Amino acid sequence: MVLLSKIATNDRHGENSPYFDGWKAYDMNPYHPTENRDGVIQMGLAENQLCFDLSEDWIRKNPKASICTAEGVNEFKNIAIFQDYHGLPEFRQAVASFMGRVRGGRVKFDPDRIVMGGGATGANELIMFCLADPGDAFLVPSPYYPAFDRDLGWRTGVDIVPVHCDSSNGFLITKAALETAYEKAQKDNINIKGLLIANPSNPLGTVLDRETLKSLVSFVNEKNIHLVCDEIYAATVFSTPSFVSVSEIMQEMEYCNPDLIHIVYSLSKDMGLPGFRVGIVYSYNDAVVSCGRKMSSFGLVSSQTQHLLAAMLSDEEFVENYLEQSSKRLAKRHNVFTRGLAKAGITCLKSNAGLFVWMDLRRLLKEQTFEAEMVLWRVIINEVKVNVSPGSSFHCSEPGWFRVCIANMDDETVVVALQRIHAFVHQEKDGNKSQGKSTKCLPKKLQLSFSFRRYDEGIMSPHMMSPHSPVPLSPLLQART
Amino acid sequence: MKPLSRKATCNTHGQDSSYFLGWQKYENNPFDEVRNPNGIIQMGLAENQLSFDILESWLDMNPDAAGFKRDGNSIFRELALFQDYHGLPACKKALVEFMAEIRGNKVTFDPSRLVLTAGSTSANETLMFCLAEAGEAFLLPTPYYPGFDRDLKWRTGVEIVPIHCTSSNGFRITASALEEAYQGARKRNLRVKGVLVTNPSNPLGTTLSLSELNLLLDFITAKDIHLISDEIYSGTVFSSPGFVSVMEVLNGYENTEVWNRVHIVYSLSKDLGLPGFRIGAIYSNDEMVVAAATKMSSFGLVSSQTQYLLSALLSDKNFTKKYLFENQERLKQRHKMLVMGLQKARISCLKSNAGLFCWVDMRPLLHSNTFESEMELWKKIVYDVRLNISPGSSCHCTEPGWFRVCFANMSEATLNLAMQRLKKFVVDSTTNNSNNRSLDHYYSAKNSKKKSLIPKWSLIPKWVFRLSSRDRDRESSDER
Repeated sequence: MVLLSKIATNDRHGENSPYFDGWKAYDMNPYHPTENRDGVIQMGLAENQLCFDLSEDWIRKNPKASICTAEGVNEFKNIAIFQDYHGLPEFRQAVASFMGRVRGGRVKFDPDRIVMGGGATGANELIMFCLADPGDAFLVPSPYYPAFDRDLGWRTGVDIVPVHCDSSNGFLITKAALETAYEKAQKDNINIKGLLIANPSNPLGTVLDRETLKSLVSFVNEKNIHLVCDEIYAATVFSTPSFVSVSEIMQEMEYCNPDLIHIVYSLSKDMGLPGFRVGIVYSYNDAVVSCGRKMSSFGLVSSQTQHLLAAMLSDEEFVENYLEQSSKRLAKRHNVFTRGLAKAGITCLKSNAGLFVWMDLRRLLKEQTFEAEMVLWRVIINEVKVNVSPGSSFHCSEPGWFRVCIANMDDETVVVALQRIHAFVHQEKDGNKSQGKSTKCLPKKLQLSFSFRRYDEGIMSPHMMSPHSPVPLSPLLQART
Repeated sequence: MKPLSRKATCNTHGQDSSYFLGWQKYENNPFDEVRNPNGIIQMGLAENQLSFDILESWLDMNPDAAGFKRDGNSIFRELALFQDYHGLPACKKALVEFMAEIRGNKVTFDPSRLVLTAGSTSANETLMFCLAEAGEAFLLPTPYYPGFDRDLKWRTGVEIVPIHCTSSNGFRITASALEEAYQGARKRNLRVKGVLVTNPSNPLGTTLSLSELNLLLDFITAKDIHLISDEIYSGTVFSSPGFVSVMEVLNGYENTEVWNRVHIVYSLSKDLGLPGFRIGAIYSNDEMVVAAATKMSSFGLVSSQTQYLLSALLSDKNFTKKYLFENQERLKQRHKMLVMGLQKARISCLKSNAGLFCWVDMRPLLHSNTFESEMELWKKIVYDVRLNISPGSSCHCTEPGWFRVCFANMSEATLNLAMQRLKKFVVDSTTNNSNNRSLDHYYSAKNSKKKSLIPKWSLIPKWVFRLSSRDRDRESSDER
């Protein structure tokens, strides 16, 4: 008798995707500046590690923000029993104010519309549960974050209908592409409940311009479907054009039904705090706020964490400085990296946000196919020893693009990574075919193929990370004896 | 305007509003010893507020846990980045050792079979997603925690079919009740995937007996289904007969079929009084369940900040030993206070040895043996006596007149005050209202073995079962 559910045994969690294969290579042989200089450099992890010094400094100076210190323990009991799914009022205020700041003060957010989710992962799933039934679908422009397949669809039964964007116009979302995708879905009897966009985009690192945003808002109003804007990278914008949130657009448009507009937010990227699981659903639809709030019971933010962040994010001086510094450091890192790539003759999509670049390696492909992309990727992992994410894992319609994360390592590691890429490209120039060079067989564990394959749990390394994993040499992973 | 999802729009209307109004009444007039001594005393929240001093003194002596430090070095960065759904190993190790300690070390748990989740709310829902399809069913003994209707059913589409337990045998689970529930499900064309029990029980406050546990294991073996044992109150057992975990009964049955189908849900919300920190866990012997639940926990991980605090706290064995002992003593004493206070008001309750509440028998105070009468009585208790307690119907009890009354979420003085108010109410009711069956009449009727009218579950109006969804309308925290 089949004892587990279909959800528990199907592949819709998506962890068999090639997106996660690179992790495994990294996991088996992680780079370390002193202990393993030959290891694989992790460039597949979109983390913001550039500003911890600022947060640490703040925590040291504000012991009251922790309920465990002598200064803050008088609040311990109150916080420890607080499980109200509305969330701590001061937390909601602080988040609303932070979100406003990130948008340059051009929009005000209402703390009473702030609903918690278990990270953006939980928030995205929650909003789907509120807006769509099993079998319904959402339009999502591609390339898109691979885990959307899991977050939007695994337990909800909601499908994604990709809206393909390509390099012919810098991967912009066009009204025509949306209409085409929508019409085709209608013909195929697929019930489209909404459009979900990530702005700034993962993996592109670009922001949507005003006109495009307006056209998206018009589009959803015309079709009477929802618009979910995942704005988790909002504060990672480091140069012009500046970030325009859908919340600003709403204010400017003559007619926009607010009941259709929802924002997903998180502190994982902007503040570099993925471990704290702070996801937010902000909806202009009262019924969604009410329902979402009840659903947030399944993924409330720890009150200990709410308390800490309430204090941190309402410290205006800290926030202003943090946002400014973060922007500067990201700009610098982006600059160093793109110039380094350019020296190797590699171009990236012009971008001004995010924690990664969208690298164009089409000219290195043997042929313009996804199989060739996979071959190239295998070489990059094995030979160049850099874990990057192949465009196919983002459902990109064109082979040859790779997402490379640049904010999750120190400056020295960036140099090493660039050196390796340089060396590799020169080899290519010298006429050595990349395929010819890789006469070593891949270890069996990394049998890559384009199609999603069944992940063999039996050969899983006991130290296998989750898809979002930290440095494996972290002492946190050694249990205290 | 296109509607929202069915899940978003179901169960929010068409209910008896008096339960909702009652809660609102409390929220508009909450008791405070100093600022509002005439307000409504909250006795509907199963919180453990008795032992915070022990936690606070531990914090005092362990500054590292407070400041994101380990051995004086900052680990803020690593914690901030740590989002591995396998959980912090030190936290899981400490947690399973704590769980073993609660069970007198008669069971050992393997940390790699533990999945951390955002509260047991998330753990229970996740197990449903793993074990059942939408439209399939789990059997639950009544009375049960009202929040299960949301946690087990709402987004999963799984059905709950009640296993009826009655006061005739102290609400124990019987073989015939199990079988009746199973057959009832089949008649409704529902495929039963398992049984979920809460041990110790909420709202009864009793621990499952060895024979009940064996009965359950026999039943799931015969039917080829799962057993989930929600053991979140395991650390609140304060007197005999003591706690026997289903895992203990399974000692010696490792790697049998049934061993793979038993899963435990745990949490630190009740035992440690930390509901705000959202620490829940699933423990399963089945690797596939662990694998699936681990991936699903992505939707509700425990904050790394909190995991770190826990790993420090729970790996301090001096602390855990002291806490468990003290906490149980205090619960025992508080329980005794409530029981005696009720006795003074001539009210009895189910004999219990665990939990943060008593299951109180107010049947003598009912006008008639109906749920309408129970609702009337409840309103009086909230509005006039000014005590917020939970009516049995909200827990799907099949017999009217039972109420769950919490005792661990207020000071001693407040509890005493609550008992005084109740006593006055009972005295006033029995002397002033001649329409009421007097207590004497009730007891003599009971003694003459006159059967009271207990409606068959199928005749209970549907609104009784929808009552629990009022918890969703209440703009408040979980009432557990």
